[in-house]
Amino acid sequence: MHIAEGYLPPEQAAAWFVVSAPFVVHGSRALVRQIRTDPDSKLLLGAAGAFTFALSALKIPSVTGSSSHPTGTGLGAVLFRPPVMSVLGSIVLLFQALLLAHGGLSTLGANIFSMAIVGPWVAYGSYTMVRRAGGGLGPAVFAAAALGSLATYGVTVAQLALAFPDPASGIAGALAKFGGIFAVTQIPLAISEGLLTVLVVRLLSRTSRDDLRRLGLLRPAAEVRA
Amino acid sequence: MRRFSWVNLLLLFAVLLLVVMPLAFGLGSGEEPFSGADALAEQAIVDDHPDYQPWFSPIYEPPSAELESGLFALQAALGAGLLGYYFGVARTRQRQRDAAGWQRG
Repeated sequence: MHIAEGYLPPEQAAAWFVVSAPFVVHGSRALVRQIRTDPDSKLLLGAAGAFTFALSALKIPSVTGSSSHPTGTGLGAVLFRPPVMSVLGSIVLLFQALLLAHGGLSTLGANIFSMAIVGPWVAYGSYTMVRRAGGGLGPAVFAAAALGSLATYGVTVAQLALAFPDPASGIAGALAKFGGIFAVTQIPLAISEGLLTVLVVRLLSRTSRDDLRRLGLLRPAAEVRA
Repeated sequence: MRRFSWVNLLLLFAVLLLVVMPLAFGLGSGEEPFSGADALAEQAIVDDHPDYQPWFSPIYEPPSAELESGLFALQAALGAGLLGYYFGVARTRQRQRDAAGWQRG
């Protein structure tokens, strides 16, 4: 989902910065508030960031014969809400843009929008819907991580299609083309990401019961199993 | 082993299976099998819009593919390391809490 450096026309690159900026600013405030009101959750916050950091570095082969990487933003979105995750995701993207020439500074706004904003919000929305429908913690976390990952790549496809409409078939053709490159590739990866995130939350439900209760993932007492 | 551990192992195994399957069935395609989707998208843009000039280039680019993969490994190692540290701390903390509750109990 990393749009390469310089691969968005300047106006569009700028527009994505304008769209993303308020989310990241609001997210920074939310992050500071989280640390202030609940200092005990600091370490878990670091762990959620570390999860994204590790997962987004892993290129994994897919059924389409190409490879791509998970985003790892579902965990943080479910634990700490999407605004906080938008900051953590932006830090990861900045690291990759500066040191790895992966993604880029000019396309940072667009990449933040897909991976650090839409992904986490879709993840959080999916989690909430499954829980409200009476689903357990495990299925809800799986839906969050998998759908968040898919949504991130869906946004990248739309961004590229807008910037580079197909010469013959226009934006619709470009949607199909970039969709073929990203979306199908991401399906098995999204499943893997969902399963891994469920695994981490299961472990957390053992080691960090109090944190999960405070963050509202587990009900006070009882319901230990994910 | 208890059910908790079994389910965890099963989850890990399913992820491994999903990762290995495309390789085992030789689904790789194109000149360089399993090349990155990001690079494929870049290539698609270059192919269909030959007159598009990237107007900004990376400030720093790892000089070789080896060094780049090293930096990716560093990123994964830092992430996994911190995550492992967290679980170590959290597990110990929970045990001490449980033990304290037991004594009081």
